[in-house]
Amino acid sequence: MAKEKKGVRLEHISKIYQDPKTHKDFYAVKDTSLEIEPGSFVTLLGPSGCGKTTTLRMIAGFESPDEGEIYLGGEAINALTPNKRDTAMVFQSYALLPHYNIFDNVAYGLKIRKLPKEEIQRKVIDILKLVGLEGMEGRMTNQLSGGQQQRVALARALVLEPGVLLFDEPLSNLDAKLRVTMRTEIRRIQQESGITAVYVTHDQSEAMALSDRIIIMEKGVVSQMGTPQEIYYHPNNEFVADFIGDANFLKGKMLRHEQGTGVVEISGTQVRVAGAENVPDGAEATVVLRPESTVLGDSGYFPVKVIVSSFMGAYQLYHVMLGSTKLIIHEYNPKDKKIYPMGSSAFVNFAPGDAHCMKG
Amino acid sequence: MARGGQGAELDRKKLLADPIMVTTIVVLIAFLTLFILYPLAILLVDSLYGSGSFSFNTFRRVLAMPTFTRAITNTLKVGFVVGILSTAVGLLFAYVEVYVRMRKFVGGLFKVVSMLPVVSPPFVLSLSMIMLFGRAGLITRFLLKIYDNNVYGYWGIVIVQTLTFFPVCYMMLKGLLKNIDPSLEEAARDMGAGRMKVFTSVTLPLLLPGLGNAFLVTFIESIADFANPMIIGGSYDTLATTIYLQITGAYDKEGAAAMAVVLLCITLAMFAVQKYWLEAKTAATLTGKASRGRMLIEDRSVTVPLTVLCAIAACFVIMMYICVPIGALFPTWGYKFTPLTFKWFGQVFTKYHGLKAFRDSFVLSLIASPITALLSMIISYLVVKRKFKAKGFIEAVSMLAMAVPGTVLGVGFIRGYSSGLFHTGILSGIYGTGLILIIVFVVRSLPTGTRSGISALRQIDKSIEESAYDMGADSFKVFMTVTLPLIKDSFLSGLVTAFVRSITAISAIILLVTPSYLLITVQINEFAEKGAYSIACAFATILIIITYGAVLLMNLIMKFFGTSRKLKEEVD
Repeated sequence: MAKEKKGVRLEHISKIYQDPKTHKDFYAVKDTSLEIEPGSFVTLLGPSGCGKTTTLRMIAGFESPDEGEIYLGGEAINALTPNKRDTAMVFQSYALLPHYNIFDNVAYGLKIRKLPKEEIQRKVIDILKLVGLEGMEGRMTNQLSGGQQQRVALARALVLEPGVLLFDEPLSNLDAKLRVTMRTEIRRIQQESGITAVYVTHDQSEAMALSDRIIIMEKGVVSQMGTPQEIYYHPNNEFVADFIGDANFLKGKMLRHEQGTGVVEISGTQVRVAGAENVPDGAEATVVLRPESTVLGDSGYFPVKVIVSSFMGAYQLYHVMLGSTKLIIHEYNPKDKKIYPMGSSAFVNFAPGDAHCMKG
Repeated sequence: MARGGQGAELDRKKLLADPIMVTTIVVLIAFLTLFILYPLAILLVDSLYGSGSFSFNTFRRVLAMPTFTRAITNTLKVGFVVGILSTAVGLLFAYVEVYVRMRKFVGGLFKVVSMLPVVSPPFVLSLSMIMLFGRAGLITRFLLKIYDNNVYGYWGIVIVQTLTFFPVCYMMLKGLLKNIDPSLEEAARDMGAGRMKVFTSVTLPLLLPGLGNAFLVTFIESIADFANPMIIGGSYDTLATTIYLQITGAYDKEGAAAMAVVLLCITLAMFAVQKYWLEAKTAATLTGKASRGRMLIEDRSVTVPLTVLCAIAACFVIMMYICVPIGALFPTWGYKFTPLTFKWFGQVFTKYHGLKAFRDSFVLSLIASPITALLSMIISYLVVKRKFKAKGFIEAVSMLAMAVPGTVLGVGFIRGYSSGLFHTGILSGIYGTGLILIIVFVVRSLPTGTRSGISALRQIDKSIEESAYDMGADSFKVFMTVTLPLIKDSFLSGLVTAFVRSITAISAIILLVTPSYLLITVQINEFAEKGAYSIACAFATILIIITYGAVLLMNLIMKFFGTSRKLKEEVD
């Protein structure tokens, strides 16, 4: 549907703000370069204050980068005002115009582009059909539920057929159930229209469910970029590993590399791990273990003490102590497995392919 | 690291890509500079360079005048006492309204009392004070048989100003009291404090910065007040009246300029304290919204005395206002009370060119009010929603206008425009015309409109305008299709406020008006000074009817076209 899918490229972008309390300048976004392929769905993910929204607002044109250049479809757009950029944004608060009804909200941008009346009429009706709001053109925005307002906001942006669609935490004001429904909807509509989308969120499951690629930001800097799988299974650092899903960290030392895997010594025990390419022999290493790929048994790598054992339905939740390190373990489908009660002793086990090794 | 490097350069480029916006900003800056900053600057320049070279001679000269030094002490004394009294009475009214269960009737009285000073010309209370309590006063002479009561002077001014300004304090403090979370007081009660203890240990400390704020606002108003001291001050001169007399009586324009600088410095200092220190403190202690409704005090030993006290005070104020229209109906005030007659109203139009006075005042105010309303909305929009370099200047100067007493502005316009810009003859053409009166009306009402516009805009989610901008609208389009419709109420009330303020204005205008324009307020002032109270009352009554009509009209329009109700539902 989009006139032309456009890619977005950020080249060494920085944005500097002044701390209102200390009056010191700091980088909200620092030397960030990234490339967003035309037609792809990319998520900027990170905790609050990581610079993701600032980055999005720089793409939209509300903020001007202090360093670097932003390209939209190959064109440098730094000096363009938001109204001249081929972008459309879905706001966190929806930002519907409260004095207009649904039709006029969606038609607003088209009227500004001075399209003929019949064409506006047709486009608005079409797009409302796409987002599932047929027949509601005449409603005022305050007669809508949160989810419906969200759909209007989406329709209003989509109808302009922008080169890139920007989302600023669009689902954060919805309740949990609706959030899941809406994110499926957003993904469906994006794929049907083939539009390029940049999506900002702090919700990792939203990012996983929606994205072709995820960009994780921390303190103004890109921590890691990649597909959801790459990021989940091969995190670059503890921040990424911890931010995406739960993670256990075991500190150790890389002893040697053998046939594409590494051998790491942790608390006197040698374990075989994947992803060892980045860690040289003899270096400090951190092994990341996902709770669901860690199991308890009567024998195994490390002896541990069980301090929490709770039945969660889908899985048995354990908190165990390995020396002074706490590990979290999810044993899925626990019905037919041995349950270790609180206070009992056990051993931790995992498959070498499930343990991912990082520097540090 | 270079904040303000490329980013600032890009922001500038984006701004320049928006010609309407740039033009607006330039025009605005020119207007504010020419008509607020320049008239004040010229006062300073003239009083320092009056003799051609830099010297403090003019200041030395006026400070050596006993009339002037006396006026300074008088003004400060009156301002201080009026500030305290108004705050106290305002607090009483606000407390009773917010905390005490009272009858609907009393609530209605409160509303009337808060409305009256808004719609009435500034000197109405002085008039009625003289007519009720003066030498020939209805109450003093005919009820109490006191034949030599002197209302003129210090106490006259204090009483009249307190009655005029306490509703402002009442409205301010009411808003603050409503913001106190009732659970704070309930917690104190729960821990064993009695009502009085709760008031002194919880409510009052929370309110303290707000009380200081109310005090200073009234202080500034009192110092700047011209009309009341003029009519009821007698020989007790304040700064505003002294400056006026220095120009109209002594023809000493340099001296008046220097005096105006002194008056301006006093109000600016107060204003700075109020604005930057107390307002921030008030906001800090009373930020949150009340979590839920307050249990009103029903204890009759508290409600009865408080309600009665307020009701009496309210009735007294209302009586003072009613006195004016009634006064216009007596054949001769103080001597002959029957039969009631409309002859004074007749004379307004037959003998005293009333029609022309009303037409002039009406037309000039009518022209000034839409300009003021639109300008203040534009300023609010720029201040709240946009960022650009000159924003600080625009905000500061429009706020500055709030602290400038009308008399000072009037002298500034005389000095600044009677012989043209910096006495070069440029723009001297506007002096003595209706245009300069309109400009003064605009400048005088701009701060109120801007303040209400800013608070209205702060409540609108910034992203609503951003979304329109993002969908392709330029600044002008965003302002016309989004901002203005969303603050329609504020715009409409700004329109009426500007109209009412303009048509009842006197302090700056009286210095600038020429015989070709007859303004109602100036007429009233003249007749009141001459002691022709009946005719002054007739003029004032018609004026009150006009302003009250304007307010009613606005309420009606808001009811049918207002947006606020719809938007409020949304926020809830």
